[in-house]
Amino acid sequence: MSAVHADLHYTKTHEWVKVHGDGTATVGITDHAQEALGDIVFVETPEVGRQVDAGDGCAVVESVKAASDIYTPLAGEVVEVNAALADTPELINQSAYGDGWIFTLRVADPGAVSGLLDAAGYQAVLDAEV
Amino acid sequence: MLIQEQSRPGRRAAAQAPLYSAEVSDIPVSARRAAPLVLPEVSELQAVRHYTRLSQKNFSIDTHFYPLGSCTMKYNPRACNTLAMLPGFLARHPAAPDSHGQGLLACLFELQEMLKEVTGMHAVSLAPSAGAQGEFAGVAMIRAYHRARNDSARTEILVPDAAHGTNPASAVMCGFVAREIPTGSNGDVDIAALREAVGPQTAGIMLTNPSTVGVFDRNIVEIAGIVHAAGGLLYYDGANLNAILGKVRPGDMGFDVIHMNLHKTFSTPHGGGGPGAGPVGVSKRLEPFLPVPLVVQDGDDYRWVSEHERPQSIGRLTAFGGNMGILLRAYVYARMLGREGMKRVSEFSTLNANYLMTRLKAAGFDAAYPQRRASHEFIITMKREARDLGVNAMDFAKRLLDYGFHAPTTYFPLLVPECLLIEPTETETKEELDDFVAALIAIREEARTNPELVKGAPHTMPVRRLDDVRAARQLDLAWRSSANCT
Repeated sequence: MSAVHADLHYTKTHEWVKVHGDGTATVGITDHAQEALGDIVFVETPEVGRQVDAGDGCAVVESVKAASDIYTPLAGEVVEVNAALADTPELINQSAYGDGWIFTLRVADPGAVSGLLDAAGYQAVLDAEV
Repeated sequence: MLIQEQSRPGRRAAAQAPLYSAEVSDIPVSARRAAPLVLPEVSELQAVRHYTRLSQKNFSIDTHFYPLGSCTMKYNPRACNTLAMLPGFLARHPAAPDSHGQGLLACLFELQEMLKEVTGMHAVSLAPSAGAQGEFAGVAMIRAYHRARNDSARTEILVPDAAHGTNPASAVMCGFVAREIPTGSNGDVDIAALREAVGPQTAGIMLTNPSTVGVFDRNIVEIAGIVHAAGGLLYYDGANLNAILGKVRPGDMGFDVIHMNLHKTFSTPHGGGGPGAGPVGVSKRLEPFLPVPLVVQDGDDYRWVSEHERPQSIGRLTAFGGNMGILLRAYVYARMLGREGMKRVSEFSTLNANYLMTRLKAAGFDAAYPQRRASHEFIITMKREARDLGVNAMDFAKRLLDYGFHAPTTYFPLLVPECLLIEPTETETKEELDDFVAALIAIREEARTNPELVKGAPHTMPVRRLDDVRAARQLDLAWRSSANCT
């Protein structure tokens, strides 16, 4: 059973976002996503400074099965990316909600997070898929 | 052991060695190699044994059932090889004048005509030398068409998620943005989502029909209407042409451009990155943009047409006219079949697929689209086996090798979890299909009683289960000599 964390927000396309107090938010893929993809072998992170709109494909996660676009749940400016993924992409498999984070945004509209799924809403998406 | 590792200085195959060295005095000293090329130095017998042993490790259509979905691994008739290797074809120089190659040009012209007729398209170019190049040419023609009409706002290509995986890549290669259209639960394109997606930004849609979920999209005429009404063009990916050959024509469905994989439907050898052929066919409005060269008939003569006569052509894709040896094999294959034979190809490929699907369903396996008739291929999902037995689709696939069957395509298309995409083709006997069903049943029984046996498979192959994670994370692509290679 895939883990879903209560303090995060989610998308139907299996990204999670954690909103911080300072106007930034961190994005990654969910435990369910890493499990479905299998062993991750490469991650392409966005460029720091890039302006992104909600729903833009801005990272690519490649596993032994498939290469998948990662869509940013929120609009904003990329302020930091997880450099450790370059050499250890398996961090996403080991810790999808922790060390396997992908990038951090300065969020353009903090209110937009209310349009995302909460943990219960995402759990319902997962239940519908099974 | 690599052949390089067998090398010993000074050892050679005297009978095979060249009698003289080429004169290199006209090559500038700066461009000449200082040290000799690192080639293995082995005896003739060592070379013969090495490559014979390698060939015996092949898992090929000549040795095994090969139901690799979406790849159409049908038998390659020997007659095609024999005739394509006639000395008149083999010895012809590609720069020889047209008057010295009328036989070859006649074959190519007839092949163009046969492909036109069987697909219902207005014109065909044989130039693309692979399926991917055919896709590139097809999308490049869509781009050229809109540009010629000064319609620069068309920046998007729609790609259903059940399309062939190369489609979005081809769209992006030609400068478009690929926009995904979902598939409904019945396997057809989601029409409501399509209606929402089309607009003045739509350059076209790339469809594989039957799609990679193994069903024929029943709404194709409606889809064509929606996309055409929005000003877009329809691209037909010929990956699954084997299912409809001689029965339904993409031109009649409303498609504007199609590529055909001759190495699939027309039975030329494929695999291993070897030569392919991806001819493109177009509707009348796209004809000016076809890649060159093309073969035309002038009275009793045949000749090449180049960009001089086709100023709007997207241009050349290769130095000469495409992969001649492959085009000739396809020509012979098409001539041997004839119009009636082509129909039988699609009839028997779909019959074999439906027989196999029905037997597997009866044996308790889950078809991904059980309510739909299969095309020439179908999907079973091992989701239940993975959940209940802890043995997944990949384990089944690997264990099939021990039973003497090539694995079906695994984990593609991505929208069906734990899937095996199975394409038996028309050239298998019922007995072979029955044996394949028996093997899958036996493997499922093993998964119940001895799951480790299945999870550790294959056990009888020259190489065991590969560590594909390590292979992808630590790329090791080149053999390096310890001494001479830097």
